[in-house]
Amino acid sequence: MGEFKVHRVRFFDYMPTAIRAMAFNAHTERLALARMDGSVEIFNFTDHYFQEKVIPGKDSRSTESLCWVGGRLFSAGLNGEITEYDLENLRPKYSLEAYGGPIWTIISNTQGTQLAIGCEDGTVKLFEVLEEHIQFERNLDRQKGRIISLSWHPSGTHIAAGMMDMIRVFDVPTGHAVQRLLVDRGFGGSKSQETVVWSVAFLSDHTVVSGDSAGKVQVWDGHTGTLVKTHLVTKWDVLALSVSKDESSVVAGTSEGTVIQFQFIAPTLHQQQDKEWVRTRTFKNHTHDVRALAEIETAIVSGGMDTHLVVRPLLEKFDEKSHASGLRKIHFPHVSTEMAEITLVSNCLKKAGLLLFQFPGQLELWRLGDSDGHGKPGDRLPLKRKPEKLLLLKRKGEDHICCSALSSCGGWLAYSTVSCVRIYRLQTDNNNISITKVSKLPKALRSAHQLCFSSDSSKMFAASSQSSVLVIALTQSECKYVHTLKPKSGSRQPIHLMTTSVDGKWLAAANSDCEIRVYNLQKLKLHCIVPVYGSCPSAMGIHPTTNNMTVVHADQQLFEYSIVEKQYTDWSRKLQKQGLHNVWLDRDTPVTHVTFNPKNPNQVVLHDMHMFCIIDQSLPLPDQKTQFYNQMTLRSLSEQERPSHLHAFKICKTFQVSLLFLASLLDDQSLVVVERPLLAITSQLPAPVRQKKFAT
Amino acid sequence: MATLFEGFTLCGLVQTQSASDSAIQGIELDGDSDHAVVTDSTRAVTLYKVSDQKPLGSWTVKQGQLLTCPAVFNFQTNEYVVVSDNKVIRVWKEEDLHLDKAFKATVSADVWRVHSAPGGEPVVLFQRGAVRLLDSLLSAPQQPIEDILSEEEKEVIRWSTNIVAEKQHFVLFTTEQKGEHFLYVQRLNPNTLQKYRLEREDSRAPPLSFSASLRDKHINLLYLYPNGCVYQSVVAVQGPVGLEGVQALPRSLRLRLPVGEGELGAASAVALDEAHVAVVGMPHPSARTGKDFLCIWNTNFQTLQADKEMVGRICGQVWCYLGKLFVPHGKALSVIPYECQKSSLASALGKLRHPGIAVSKSSVAIPSWNTLLHGDQPQGPTKIVDSRKSKLRRKSQSAPALTVDQVLELIKTGPVEEVRREVEALVSRGDAQDLQLSVGRLACQLVARSQVETAFYAPGALARLVKTQCLCHSMCPDLLLLALEHKDYFLCQLCLQLFPDIPEVVTCACLKTFIGVPDDDVEMVSLEPDSVSFMEGLVAAGARGGQQNGFSPALFEEDSCDPHHQPKPPQHQDKKNPTLQLEVCPVGLRKAVLLNEVLQTPYSDNLLVPHLKDLNAPQVILFLQYLQFIYLKYSQDVYTQTPVLRSPTMTQIIDWVCLLLDAHFTVLVMAPDAKGLLSNLQSFVKSQVKLFSELGKIEGSLQELHKMKPSKDISQYSIEVIELF
Repeated sequence: MGEFKVHRVRFFDYMPTAIRAMAFNAHTERLALARMDGSVEIFNFTDHYFQEKVIPGKDSRSTESLCWVGGRLFSAGLNGEITEYDLENLRPKYSLEAYGGPIWTIISNTQGTQLAIGCEDGTVKLFEVLEEHIQFERNLDRQKGRIISLSWHPSGTHIAAGMMDMIRVFDVPTGHAVQRLLVDRGFGGSKSQETVVWSVAFLSDHTVVSGDSAGKVQVWDGHTGTLVKTHLVTKWDVLALSVSKDESSVVAGTSEGTVIQFQFIAPTLHQQQDKEWVRTRTFKNHTHDVRALAEIETAIVSGGMDTHLVVRPLLEKFDEKSHASGLRKIHFPHVSTEMAEITLVSNCLKKAGLLLFQFPGQLELWRLGDSDGHGKPGDRLPLKRKPEKLLLLKRKGEDHICCSALSSCGGWLAYSTVSCVRIYRLQTDNNNISITKVSKLPKALRSAHQLCFSSDSSKMFAASSQSSVLVIALTQSECKYVHTLKPKSGSRQPIHLMTTSVDGKWLAAANSDCEIRVYNLQKLKLHCIVPVYGSCPSAMGIHPTTNNMTVVHADQQLFEYSIVEKQYTDWSRKLQKQGLHNVWLDRDTPVTHVTFNPKNPNQVVLHDMHMFCIIDQSLPLPDQKTQFYNQMTLRSLSEQERPSHLHAFKICKTFQVSLLFLASLLDDQSLVVVERPLLAITSQLPAPVRQKKFAT
Repeated sequence: MATLFEGFTLCGLVQTQSASDSAIQGIELDGDSDHAVVTDSTRAVTLYKVSDQKPLGSWTVKQGQLLTCPAVFNFQTNEYVVVSDNKVIRVWKEEDLHLDKAFKATVSADVWRVHSAPGGEPVVLFQRGAVRLLDSLLSAPQQPIEDILSEEEKEVIRWSTNIVAEKQHFVLFTTEQKGEHFLYVQRLNPNTLQKYRLEREDSRAPPLSFSASLRDKHINLLYLYPNGCVYQSVVAVQGPVGLEGVQALPRSLRLRLPVGEGELGAASAVALDEAHVAVVGMPHPSARTGKDFLCIWNTNFQTLQADKEMVGRICGQVWCYLGKLFVPHGKALSVIPYECQKSSLASALGKLRHPGIAVSKSSVAIPSWNTLLHGDQPQGPTKIVDSRKSKLRRKSQSAPALTVDQVLELIKTGPVEEVRREVEALVSRGDAQDLQLSVGRLACQLVARSQVETAFYAPGALARLVKTQCLCHSMCPDLLLLALEHKDYFLCQLCLQLFPDIPEVVTCACLKTFIGVPDDDVEMVSLEPDSVSFMEGLVAAGARGGQQNGFSPALFEEDSCDPHHQPKPPQHQDKKNPTLQLEVCPVGLRKAVLLNEVLQTPYSDNLLVPHLKDLNAPQVILFLQYLQFIYLKYSQDVYTQTPVLRSPTMTQIIDWVCLLLDAHFTVLVMAPDAKGLLSNLQSFVKSQVKLFSELGKIEGSLQELHKMKPSKDISQYSIEVIELF
């Protein structure tokens, strides 16, 4: 099919931050995950663990704990505030000072009527959950020492609170502490250190399970306040506990990176009645502290200092091997434009690609290197020019950057936080780059979930609240509000993908309710809605010549939709009829980018974290019996034999080490691959707790 | 050899406001050698009796006034002199109670320092470089003072001192001007002034401290830079009179101190004698952190001789008077007595032994400086046993033990047996910290008497002294030769074992004697049992080995890889060839033991080879045969001797073979007796060469294995070509 020049970029120092807290909403099957930088991510567990929303962080916000009340998400942190998030506009709805010093934990009762927070000053504060707000109700009896962890009894009458060296059980109606469970300190040198009860769990039979800094998981009788069982599980801290829905299993996360499961089972086969908590399994999927845990129906979800989210399926819950029964490790954002973006610009004068890297705190603009050499496949070409960092733009204010865009002419740069949008004019002459901020922005343009420029750089589109898109006209002198593309009905979920056609006529926008709307930019009105498919779109692109839109969904399904004809193309129908290859469907990372080969209109380029794929629509589709990864085979075949073995999906896994982004093809059959090896991330993590290994 | 003794605190210090300032301006001597005049940084002068650590008198100026120069003692009038507020010179006697009532005179220019030294009149050095004798200045206080240093050029005095030498009086001061440093040497009576420019250090950092001393009619100026370099410059007392202008001052690097990380901040070096320098405020070379050590370095050998950690902040000040170092550190002024002895190369380098030799008895021949200084017993368990024994003995004898000096006296005249007894008692008492010194003196005395009185020889006493491991060859160079002369092979063995510094010529003399001595003479000598049993084992192993396993020597020889493969020496042809009796030791057992000791003695090739030429051909052949014998023993599998404390290593044997061949090759080639021997040795060499070539092959293949691992370097950016089908 051809040779490609691949620019391998490894200087993108993207560093995810550690996971601090997690809350699973069993009703909607959404997992909310808080990171150290204050950002909150929402994963849809019904849709292939797709990361559908990201609420950007803020410098002053530190989230210690997350809590769902129905479909509402609350967080509390060491800044002493309770925050409710607006999940439609991806921003905090309001923050409420709790006046109790730093807050360590927030929980709700099962009825969803009250919230309880544990404060540094030793109070447990109850808040009433109102329709649009929460309101302070009362304090429980104030204790000496901070409240680190809380757990509400399912009946709502009692709360267990983990503190320093002890656990208190409160009677909620009276507010009095009814039990005082003293937690032993560690052995040896740590005897003098206070034991921190990092986590407690209150089960419906009034059993209290606690995990503490002395490495113990302890089971208490909540009625009598007596210790039932102690499991010493680690030399370090037990940081997190999570109880399964049926209360038959408890998992504990430790500083060693292990997750230990305890099950409520009978220790012997004969006495099935006498059940007790028995340590059963140990999972080691982390290298660092496991700070957040959730035991869901079929899996254990864990996250911590080593920044990745692990979904560990409990294999006894599966009857057969399926997509859901595989271990998932989620390292990078699923929507590439959410955390970091690359825009490749073929600057005609200089024939140079520009890369825009987006970090929470800054933007970096790089110019790619160049080589005029030619080489055989497998060669590394000599560099004529090294890549160059042209610009480092630090954001203003406390809010982290949530999206950014670079126009294809390289003349405009825009970014948005939850509070403001900034547009900059870039001018490059020779090697100097100058940047000027566009001072007067339209009032309507306050914040954007997504930004993109039209291909001729005359317009900018900003995804705004309630799935609307603002159209902004850009001229040398000013930028002017033109129109708001607003759906008359349908979902109000935020837009997470947006793309324009090269001819400037079409704009497609996808939201997390799986709707893709196509707007006619000349008439400034809705053109059509792509038939809604049950899985969230993870990437899409409009073909430069045919205006066919290729959409890839989180469940790996692939569609091609003709915008002009308002229907799926023949090729797409053929593909759906024949079905995608199982190897393709079994991949565990979503496709994050779709682009097209300007030289060959038949070729669509896609990539996920581990591979990139060129789909040649002129070639036959693979059926289930075909060898899917066939590049090695093809290489070994002779020229004559090759055509009979070709199929449409050409997959390259050369850059499989955490391929993060792949940008559009440049003119001369070049690809840009941005790699961020996991090892590079691991090496930047702090040292894990020391563990004695054999023979060391 | 230098020692820092346990120090004591002379007085507490008041913490100054700024971290860089010291609480002490200066410490000067008094007429009494036990007195010290301490001037603090503000208003007070205190006279201390050093040994009692108690103040004898204290004088302060009024609030608002400031002492601007350390008080000095006028040795001619027994008065103290101090300057307050730069211009007011005050003179008082010890009896005076109040400084305010003392004599004072205001001079017309700012005074930098008043210097005084025994045997000279105090001199006043003004800030602009002029020098006046105190008397003449006080007679006309308002006399005009000329400017030596120009005000505009901003040349300022950094340090000054005075030196009195042979009726000559010098004032030395260094100045800094625009980063350059100058030394001024002002001679008084007749007054001449010479200016020298100090060489610039690469780092352009100013010197941290200066110290001047008079030695051999030369003034030695020692200065320390922050990078740890200690330079010495020498100015002649009878200087080049009449040289005009600025002279460059040549310098020589005396010491390069390990500064650790960064540079020295507040540090100071002071010369103790011609070979020793005390440095304060430097990191200990082996300690990890902290630049708070007081160290004594030997500049001749660049070795650290003594060290002491100073607790608290060191402000880079040290004074040295009459065997005591005064170091302000933290909140105290410590006085640390020290002692520097003339050092020998051996005692400086005594720890360096031949790397091939495992140090016997696990203790060092020269006790380490640390153990000596901190009073640890250099030899743990043995010492305890000894002292227990000696206690018993003392109880039984119940005679008062003699001091070192008494024993020395006794050695001069006393009979052998009594000398032995007293030496034993003295040594086993072992409580004296300076055991090393006394042992050296005793040994020298004993040897000296033996050399004078041929009839007198005290082997027991000498052996006891050597066994203390405090003795080395350079301390008592005649000891080993004396032992050889008296055929005291036991003592020779002890010396060879325990002395780290036997010169090659003496080693050769021992070798020659050992080879030449008839076997019968040695066989009855009692030697160190360990080494004897090792040799016995070696001989016995060889004798039994072949037969026990049913091996015949012929079978050995067919194995060509075996190092003792010989190119089939015609055994029947040359019955006289001594190499025939390979299984038989060519020398007697005890002789072999002695030769082993020689093999294990440290040496350096270049020095040894000339002396080896002293051996005659039969001696060389015999020795080579012996070396061949133990080489074969070592190469045979049958030699499974348990590791003995002290036995020659294979490398040592090979080295000695090489040395002997180097020294006597032509002689050996010509000697018909040596023919078989040489061909055998050649086969050794062959086998060794083969071994090494095999090892080389293995190394090569291992390296290839290493290379096979693809070392694809991952750079930050690359453009690669891929092909998709």
